[in-house]
Amino acid sequence: MKRAQFSSPLLPYFLLAPQLAIIFIFFYWPSAQAIQSSFYIEDPFGFGATFVGLENYTTVLGSSEYLRIAQFTLVFTLIVTFLSLSIALVLAVKADAVLTGASTYRSLLMWVYAIAPPVAGLMGIMFFDQHIGPLVDLAALFGWDMRVGVNYYDTAFAMVVIAVWKQIPYNFIFFLSGLQAIPKHLREAAAIDCRSELRRFWTVTLPMLAPTAFFLLIINMTYALFDTFGIIDVVTRNEPANNPLTLVYKVYLDGFRSNDLGGSSAQSVILMIVVLVLTMAQFRFIERRVHYG
Amino acid sequence: MATISLEEVRKIYAGGVEAVKGVSMDIADGEFIVLVGPSGCGKSTLLRMIAGLEEISAGTIRIGDRVVNRIDPADRDIAMVFQNYALYPHMSVYNNLAYGLRNRGVPKDEIDRRVKEAARILEIGAFLERKPKALSGGQRQRVAMGRAIVREPAAFLFDEPLSNLDAKLRVQMRVEIKRLQKSLGTTSVYVTHDQLEAMTLADRLVVLNGGAIEQIGDPISVYEQPASTFVASFIGSPAMNLIPVSVRDGRAILDSETAAGGAGLSGPDLGNGAGYTLGVRPEHFVPASERPAGPGDLSLTVTTTVLEPVGAESYLYATIGGDSATTGTVANSAAPHVVIRVPAAARHQPGEVLSFTAPADRIHPFDKTTGKRIPR
Repeated sequence: MKRAQFSSPLLPYFLLAPQLAIIFIFFYWPSAQAIQSSFYIEDPFGFGATFVGLENYTTVLGSSEYLRIAQFTLVFTLIVTFLSLSIALVLAVKADAVLTGASTYRSLLMWVYAIAPPVAGLMGIMFFDQHIGPLVDLAALFGWDMRVGVNYYDTAFAMVVIAVWKQIPYNFIFFLSGLQAIPKHLREAAAIDCRSELRRFWTVTLPMLAPTAFFLLIINMTYALFDTFGIIDVVTRNEPANNPLTLVYKVYLDGFRSNDLGGSSAQSVILMIVVLVLTMAQFRFIERRVHYG
Repeated sequence: MATISLEEVRKIYAGGVEAVKGVSMDIADGEFIVLVGPSGCGKSTLLRMIAGLEEISAGTIRIGDRVVNRIDPADRDIAMVFQNYALYPHMSVYNNLAYGLRNRGVPKDEIDRRVKEAARILEIGAFLERKPKALSGGQRQRVAMGRAIVREPAAFLFDEPLSNLDAKLRVQMRVEIKRLQKSLGTTSVYVTHDQLEAMTLADRLVVLNGGAIEQIGDPISVYEQPASTFVASFIGSPAMNLIPVSVRDGRAILDSETAAGGAGLSGPDLGNGAGYTLGVRPEHFVPASERPAGPGDLSLTVTTTVLEPVGAESYLYATIGGDSATTGTVANSAAPHVVIRVPAAARHQPGEVLSFTAPADRIHPFDKTTGKRIPR
């Protein structure tokens, strides 16, 4: 790394200030606020707060509803991450194989990524609409009476499909550029060493792609946990009732709909800890097996 | 071990560019063939077609008795050494060597035996557990060689394997490759743009130009009897001098400098006034004082420009023609340049006017328009 020389010792801090300010205002400050208010029960009308220690936490963790949502979040995250990664990988491998068409292919698949989550959710809702949704009609052909927003599992299914569909282009771009970064002579050497294309993929291509895949794994986990908020909000049409929810949505519901700031804060702190542990675990156990070129 | 034969092999790219234009040749079992030529001459494409990494547009390639046109690279029983080594960065050296064998279902103890044996031959036994990243360029080169050796293939294909090494290591590995190939006796096709590498390694040299074979032969005969001006200027360093002349009364007269010299030429096709190119190697010039020009010899008057000592000998760079003081004409930059080998002890100064002769049997006449050698 080249050592930068600054004329004034204050200049580097000055240059860093905007980024630090953003991190502080939008991350550290709210986090600190959340941690603080998770130990209080706040008056819904803002007339005061009572210190209650860990009561918010015990209430949350003791609630069967919360545990049910946590369970769904886990399943949802795993399925969305797995599907969006694997489908994107298959598409990228296929696109990479037909290099000449790749740029058209690539831009076509990229377009979806430009859609904001609520819009994606809205479009998804159209697809799953009881009256005009083509996917509902398709399901009906197979005898599946799909009722998104009414039936718990149908709603969950729609959420997963929309969330995966939204995330595939992002993963696709990274996978494709990762694939194209694999040196040509390496593939050729492998073609001479191994007849089976599938085996070459598992033994040479995929290990070479591991750094990209690991990065995407973390990004996708975070996406499924947090960024699917907009999709869930639109699919459940703001009427959660007994529809499937994820933990992030629950934080929002309790905090802003039920005005239980303390309980909501406790939930966000729990979520922060879960993500922290998850990310650390990924770095600790998976990254060790990743080879950076 | 096998023969390789190419029959009218062509490579035409989608845009209509013909990279290889109907190449035919037979490679004997155990022979070391070097494909040599400037970049873009189609040598790498030809090698990659033998390997199966490029499709064959027309013609047939046989390895052994088998036509391999439609056979996958992995099934052609060849091993290739790449310019960038192409080692799998995520595998240890041991696994790099073992990979091709495992995929072919070779038993584990047999793999181990072959890897250890190759490691012993190439002296890479100490790095078997390392990743390629932790190796030097020369060591990677050895591993790449090892990966080819353990396969015990019908043929080795080398694609400029030494061009990423420094000069000293290149010479060392060159000798090693030759020694190894001779001891294993495996048919080898080696691509290089380095004429010295080509000369030193080849049993037979294939000089390619613009996708076609210009000349095939053992290194010495290619050096001594180049088939065209292209081969003459490509093989040998410094390159063969090519001097444009025209023929008058059975005598070749230098185009630029009528007074500077000439050579007696005889041959069935030599017509008066026709244009020719005379080729003379730098080492075949002799000072006129030591050996006066006889019949058919070339005599040449030159003005020296630079003396380049290389140690064992020196190369004298000069323009043809004496300066105004001695010959009454002006030596200018348009006059053809020649390179002449002189003894290391020679102390010529720039601007000296010297006379040289070259014996008749060392003069190579070429047709000026086609560049082809004229049989004498």
